[in-house]
Amino acid sequence: MIYLILTFILLLLMIGAAIYAIWQKDLLYAVIASGIISLLLSIMFVLLQAPDVALTEAAIGVALTTIIFIIAIRNTVRFEDEHDKKIKKEKQLKSAEQ
Amino acid sequence: MKKAIILISLTILGVYLIDIFTGIGFGTQHFASGVKDAYLIGSKETLRVSNVVTSIVVNFRGFDTLGEVTVLFLASMALGGILYKKRHDVGERSVLFPSTRIVMSGAKLLFPSIVLLGAYVFIHGHLSPGGGFQGGTIIATGFLLMLITYRNYSVSHNRLSWVESLAGVLFISLGLAGYFVHDSFLANVFPEGKLNDLFSGGVIGIIYVAVGFKVAAELTGIIYTILHEKD
Amino acid sequence: MEKYLEILNYAIYGAAILLLLIGLYGALTKKSLIKIVLGLSIMDSGVHLLMISIGYLKNGTAPIFSPGHENELAKMVDPVPQALVLTAIVIGFGVTAVALALVIRLYKHHNTLRIDEIKNLKW
Repeated sequence: MIYLILTFILLLLMIGAAIYAIWQKDLLYAVIASGIISLLLSIMFVLLQAPDVALTEAAIGVALTTIIFIIAIRNTVRFEDEHDKKIKKEKQLKSAEQ
Repeated sequence: MKKAIILISLTILGVYLIDIFTGIGFGTQHFASGVKDAYLIGSKETLRVSNVVTSIVVNFRGFDTLGEVTVLFLASMALGGILYKKRHDVGERSVLFPSTRIVMSGAKLLFPSIVLLGAYVFIHGHLSPGGGFQGGTIIATGFLLMLITYRNYSVSHNRLSWVESLAGVLFISLGLAGYFVHDSFLANVFPEGKLNDLFSGGVIGIIYVAVGFKVAAELTGIIYTILHEKD
Repeated sequence: MEKYLEILNYAIYGAAILLLLIGLYGALTKKSLIKIVLGLSIMDSGVHLLMISIGYLKNGTAPIFSPGHENELAKMVDPVPQALVLTAIVIGFGVTAVALALVIRLYKHHNTLRIDEIKNLKW
């Protein structure tokens, strides 16, 4: 019974984190949310009696995947709609010149 | 409009999948248990390995594992090719804020114990949860900690490729030894020992140690390459 | 009461399929390349959860023989999907790393991450 309720809470948190990761415009926050999904997923694997898979997911999903996403963001841009902002700024500059 | 079409088609896909999986049922024996029983009994009686997942990954499906390690090697090679730079372009990593003294001493203190934990996990892979892939990733995490803490910590690519090649050669030569002695690739050539003993399972423990070294070297190489991409 | 608990059992399948669909939605509708790779990795997690939960047995134990309990074969969960997912996670990391390296290269070349701005391959 208590396992069932715990499972239900974990699943709800996981889906909430997934929706947040897709909805969020700031890519850094989205990547951290996807790391939280992996952490909850590894707890879920322990509850489903798969300790080997839980160890792998905890090491790869939480640490390594998150860090390479962060390195990619550092090498590119942080916001999803950076380009729109740039165009808006150029338009504002043009109108200010006129 | 586009989003509406995508949402509708995803809903259809979801309803279809839910229909399939409620038909399968949760928590019951729904496949014929022949394969599962064969693996469980084979692992206990003939291979003498306590962790059944290990015996499937290394022995029953050992050829798949060889392919998987090759795919990882190809991934790290492709990464090096995509992010290729000429030698004189390689500069020091751009670090905005150098780490504080607390982080530096903490990382230095944690690094040996992380590597020790990884080694423990892959040496005991046939007795308890864990194995080469898990231990290798844990060791790579330790190197990652040192790389992001210290500005000029560097890993020798030469040494990494030597470790990787020797581990791969060990894996393949053990497999070939099984082929020449027992007429089957990756067959067991060492004595099996007793269940739940450290020296049990014959060749399986040695192969998992080789896989651990190989995975650790490959993942460390991937992280090192992608971290030194200068902007 | 029992009936509701029965439905709760299927919540794991539902959540795994929902994760898969959310990831696919993100990969199909978003414009940022990093968001697309992120959506694919969320989809990966959903597939892994789905495969592990197929092999689960009610009141089962992990497929590891511990001293003194060597004869409880019927109670163990199915080890085959676990071995498959173990492989899939490690491969998934390699695929994500190569995809992100391509994203970095594309950004260096075109100076944008938006997929509708990169028009070289459009016809």
